[in-house]
Order: sequence, then structure tokens, then C-alpha cells
Amino acid sequence: MESSKRRFLKVAGLSAAGIAAFPAIKGFTSSGEKHSDATTPKIYKNPDALMAKRWAMVIDMRKLESEEQVEPIIEACHKIHNVPHIPTKHHEIKWIWATEYKHAFPSLGHKHIGKKLNHLPFLVLCNHCEDPPCVRACPTQATFKREDGIVLMDFHRCIGCRFCMAACPYGSRSFNFQDPRTFLKETDNKFPTRMKGVVEKCNFCAERLAQGKPPACVEASDGAIVFGDLDDSNSDVCKLLESNHSIRRKEGLGTGPSVFYIL
Amino acid sequence: MLEHAIKGSNKYWIWIIALLAVITIGGLCYLKQFSFGLGITGMSRDVSWGFYIAQFTFLVGVAAGGVMLVLPYYLHDYKAFGKITILGEFLAVSAICMCLLFIFADLGQPARGFNVLLHPTPGSVLFWDMIVLNGYLFLNIFVGWIVLESERHSVPPPKWIKPFIYLSIPWAFGIHTVTAYLYCGLPGRGFWLTAILAPRFLASAFAAGPAFLIILCFIIKKFAKYDAGKEAIQTLAKIITYALIANVFFLICEVFVAFYSNIPEHMDHLKYLYVGLHGHGILVPWMWASVILMVVAIILLVNPESRKNETTLLIACVLLFIGTWIDKGLGMISGGFVPNPLHEVVEYAPTFLEILITIGVYAAGFFILTILFKIAISVKQEVGH
Repeated sequence: MESSKRRFLKVAGLSAAGIAAFPAIKGFTSSGEKHSDATTPKIYKNPDALMAKRWAMVIDMRKLESEEQVEPIIEACHKIHNVPHIPTKHHEIKWIWATEYKHAFPSLGHKHIGKKLNHLPFLVLCNHCEDPPCVRACPTQATFKREDGIVLMDFHRCIGCRFCMAACPYGSRSFNFQDPRTFLKETDNKFPTRMKGVVEKCNFCAERLAQGKPPACVEASDGAIVFGDLDDSNSDVCKLLESNHSIRRKEGLGTGPSVFYIL
Repeated sequence: MLEHAIKGSNKYWIWIIALLAVITIGGLCYLKQFSFGLGITGMSRDVSWGFYIAQFTFLVGVAAGGVMLVLPYYLHDYKAFGKITILGEFLAVSAICMCLLFIFADLGQPARGFNVLLHPTPGSVLFWDMIVLNGYLFLNIFVGWIVLESERHSVPPPKWIKPFIYLSIPWAFGIHTVTAYLYCGLPGRGFWLTAILAPRFLASAFAAGPAFLIILCFIIKKFAKYDAGKEAIQTLAKIITYALIANVFFLICEVFVAFYSNIPEHMDHLKYLYVGLHGHGILVPWMWASVILMVVAIILLVNPESRKNETTLLIACVLLFIGTWIDKGLGMISGGFVPNPLHEVVEYAPTFLEILITIGVYAAGFFILTILFKIAISVKQEVGH
């Protein structure tokens, strides 16, 4: 069962909808007691799923000026992913949040950067690095990079050693210091809640891509966040990057972030 | 040989019962952590490793320090260490047991700990750390036990044990090197991202481990009437002198590189530790205390008179041990996490429960240490050493 769950998680474009459309997934028993035959289950992809060689995101800061603009974006993500709002700052869980330029780009900040840029709400999230240090550090492969570049977490395999948090140079990971469910006013049943003692982070909405939908933050951003395939020169992200100067967080570390910023 | 552990004076039993009481308190506190989660500690999203991992790091050093007896005794046939090499090995055993307990206490999902074996991941340094720590634990129990058993029967140790002894020597260097690699291979953590981290860890290990053993030798001389011998103690004292000087030298190298290069990402962590950053600096008095303790210890150790005097040597060892403990058990981990990757300062201080759990683990280590030392010394006294 473990191996089929793993395969399920690793394949891009497979979703609950995908299963419904193709009931022919053999051996994928719900109880997990035994497989109908010894062969490994065959997994079909949802034909409507959004697929890419390498997913990337461009955050156009020219279109994000105020806190009021970014709040619904953050809210959209945290709501559908059952990210709790924990008042104790030490125990906060956040997948995407707004911060100042000097915090998003600590090595690029300088005194004369200008008030406007300094006060823009820069959205920061997991960078889904090309060469993710967190994946390198994880002792159980509970965090792994998928074929389309998305860095995912297996919440059921994570032992909570937090090596990935030390390894991440972007502070993108959160740890459940206590049971997060007690802080959820309402639960979205389309995405699993987590238990105490595991790490979590942004998943580039892998579950929505599999259903043919763009990430929730992109949808809520009113065009300020663009999502697409970095490998396809005709994609929206490539076109934007082609015609604008863009930066990534901590370029010098060689992690190769998939999140770009246009100032 | 185990029977020696259940025969002892009243003082021995009072000590054992006291340790068991402290272990029980620590265990009860751990149950609270187990049911609530790591939220009972002072750790946060920003300082995601705290006291437990710091103690683990420090104690790996104490364990590795045992090699400072094994190496001269077995490689150079340095006879003076004959009476205490076994103590060095058993100290390593108890230190590694504490290390493993601290890692376990630090896991968010301890019940899933065996996932590390179920899904072995050679790319992760933690995987290798598990291998070297458990390997070192095995080697020291095995070698120590076989050699002691032979001594008990007044026969030389079997020849086939030699390869295990020789293997344990580089292995000791290995455990602390791999432990340093946990930290120094992480991009974006300027404080740890230094090639000198493993050597620095080893220097502090070879100071703290044998210094602790000297303290233990004084204790067992008083309570168990077992004298390690002046020569052995004095040789250990010289070893810790050089190791401590190397440790302080490496710290100076770190400070020079960070501040002469003037690179903020490397300076800011040191600034936080020694002068405070953006108005935050709970560790500043501790870090300076550490520097002062280590410098005073060096003065006492370098000076032949105070090194040869048992009282001042004992004082020097205590100062050295506390100084290196603050350096590694307080500063090393917090220092790496503050400021955080977004250059925000979020401070860390352990909570009361966290400290009680830590003391419980230390008590468990002392429990193992007491029993192993009791066995070793009883056997040695039995055969008339």
C-alpha cells in the first residue's frame, strides 16, 4: 500500500477527479488490506489536468501595491489547504505570506532603495527549487521533488526532525508544534488536515493542477501572479520573463527558485 | 560482570535512586510533550532546533573525546592509560545513549522514527549520523566489554578484538565530523557554513570529553577509592590544554573571517551572539562567560604549577567544561538560526518543561555511566589493579 500511495503522490496530474473519470485503477483498494492481484496498480492521469515540465510562478509586484490586495490571496491559499491561524507567533503555520523587500531579499536591500519598494507587500512562499536543499536533507524522503518540479511533502512519512527547516534558505517551512485542527474554524474536506509533529509548506496547489485548475493564489491575484511552464517558451510565465527584468530570492545560493519577481 | 552493578554501598544506592527519581520526573514531562507536541518547548518556526539538538551536539563531542584515551593506549602502547581507557570507552557509551535520547526527544513524530531505516536515504546527512552514532555505540560497548572480561579472567584480550579497536579510532573522529556536516552543508545558514566547523567541533570535543573524565577520575578516587594515577591524569591535562587552545584558536579564525571580509550574512550571527542584534541579545552574557571561562582555563592549564596542582587542575576542568558547554550547548544552535533566513530576529530560550526533560536525559546518561563505571572499577579492584 505504501508504494502505491507513493506512486500516487509522485505522479503529476492525478487527482480524486482523475480517479472518478477512470475507475479502472486496478489494485487501488480503499482499505489497503490486499490487492486484487500482485501487479502494481496502474495509474491514469486526468486528461483535464494541467501539466508542465517545470512549473514556475511570476509575481508581478507592479500589480501588488497594498496589504488589502494580498490578504485575499493569502486567505484563499490558507482556506483551501486548512492552514490554521495560530495566534502564538512562535507556532505560526504559513504557506504564503507578505513581507517587506528587505526581508524577501535580505542581500539586495540598501538604504536608497526608495520608500515605495520598501513598503510593497512581497509575497513569499516555497520556491519549489530546481535543486532543493530540503529534499537533500530529509532522511526519509518525506519531502521530494516531483517530475514537474513541484516539491511536495508526504505528511504521513515525516518524522518531524525539522532538518528540512534548517536546510531551507527561505524560511518557507512551518512545523506543527501542536495539533493544528483545534485552530481550524472550518475544514475543507478536499484537502487533508495535518497532525501535530509534522512539517508543511506550499505545494503549488498540486491537487488543483490535477483537476485542471490554477493555484489558488494565482486565481485570487487578479492577474498579479502568473503561473505556467518554464520549459514552454510560449507560456505566460516565459513571455513575461522574456520582456521584463526579474529577480529570484537568494540567487547566489544555487537553489534555482521557480518563483520569479518583477519589480 | 553485571552483578557488580547490584552490589554497592548505601551511598551508591542513594545515588542510583536519586537518578531514577530525576529520570522519572523527566519522563513525566516528556509524556506531556508527547501528548501536546513540541509546542511545550521554546522552539519556533524560526528557531526550529533548540536545547535538545544542542545537547546532542555537545554530547557527541564528549563521546568522541573517549578516543583521546583509546588512541594513545592502543596505538602508542601508552601504559599509563591502562587503568582508565575503559572509563573513556564507557563514558562514550553513556554519552551516545544521551545523544540518541535527545534526538528521540526532539522528533515531532517519534513513533515514526524507524522511517529512517524503512526508507534509507544516503543523500541525507542525518541518515549517516544515525549509522555512525549507532556504530560507535556498538564498538565501544563491544570493545569495552570484551577487554574488561579478559582482564577479569587475567588473560590478554583476544587478538580478533584488535580490528574493532583500530576501527573505533577513526570512527570517533567520524561521529563528530558527520555531526558537524549536519550543519555546515546547509546553504543560507552563514554561521554554520564554514569548512572549519568539523575541526572546531573536534577541538572542543577533545577538550570537553577528557576534561570531564578528569573530573570523573577525581570523583571515583574519592568515592570508589580507585586511583587513575598521577601520570594518566597529567597526560590528559596536557591533551585538554592543546585541544582547548585549538578550540579558541578556531573561534578566533571564525571571527576574523566574518569581520575582516565584512560580509553581513556571516557577521550577523556572531554579532547576535556576542553583542546583540537589533536590540536582541539574551545570549550575550552567556557567550562572554564562555569566552572568559575558556581563557581562564587555558591560563590555569598552560601554567605547569596550576596544572600539576590537583585543586587548580580540577577547577580548570570544571571551567573548561562549562565554557565549552555554553559555546556548543547554547550558542552553536541558536546562533545559526538567529537571524532567520528573512533576516528577522526571533529569539529562543528553553522552557521549564524543556529543561526538565533535558535534565531527565542527562540523569539517564549518568545512570548508565554509574553502572558501567561501577562494573569496570569493581572488576579492576577485584583483579588488584
